[in-house]
Amino acid sequence: MPILMSNTETIPGKTIVEFYGVVSGNTVRAKHVGRDIMAGFKNLVGGELAAYTELLSDSRKEAVARMLEQAESMNANAVVNVRFATSSVAQGAAELFAYGTAVRVQ
Amino acid sequence: MEALTQLGITLMVLTVTYLVGSAIERRHFDSLRKREARLRAFPTVTFERLPEGWQVADSGLAMGSTVVSLDYFKRFLAGLRGILGGRVRSYEPLLDRARREALLRMTEGAVADGYDAIVNVRLETSRLASSRGRGKGTAGVEMLAFGTAVKLVRQP
Repeated sequence: MPILMSNTETIPGKTIVEFYGVVSGNTVRAKHVGRDIMAGFKNLVGGELAAYTELLSDSRKEAVARMLEQAESMNANAVVNVRFATSSVAQGAAELFAYGTAVRVQ
Repeated sequence: MEALTQLGITLMVLTVTYLVGSAIERRHFDSLRKREARLRAFPTVTFERLPEGWQVADSGLAMGSTVVSLDYFKRFLAGLRGILGGRVRSYEPLLDRARREALLRMTEGAVADGYDAIVNVRLETSRLASSRGRGKGTAGVEMLAFGTAVKLVRQP
């Protein structure tokens, strides 16, 4: 049974029976040189930098997966009120962070 | 002479990036308008509570994101604006485009997964630092849209 997720305070159509507290997952990623050079060219003409879009969405998935792992270890079956944060921690590297409240729903 | 060549190259780059950048922008806006028209009937709302009478069968988190950047010419214009102050017009369409693209990707993903609506839609913007120029330049802006997608119980 996959863990349910929502960014609302409950899982729609279900009731929360137990709270387990905050769960979170993060990952810090840097882009590799080849991609960076290509994106540098793309940066001249503007538009979407597809390599970065992909990199960030993959990283975010990773952060979410870590958050879900933590929820699972607490015996939760849902994470509610999920939030995301992105911060540039160093040159060319970004931290992707996901957090929410682990709960049991019925 | 050397300074003249330098100036010539800069002007050429400005012209080329202006032409290509504008073409890319125009094409993107066309595509956004078409896709938005197609998804007009799909409810995406920013409130958290479900409207009265909606019976939810299933729910999940929907997400869409994009990273965009400005062309060299418009960055140059924005730089000039930074000296004069005032409204930076060249950045406005860029952020608008990115936001609409992120929302569309979120919605298209939810439609593909068979959801009927998205509630509590939130938007986030973050700037990516460049690995060159000591992180001062920007490599682009990331726009993230997310919300809770719901499947509704069909009335018999």
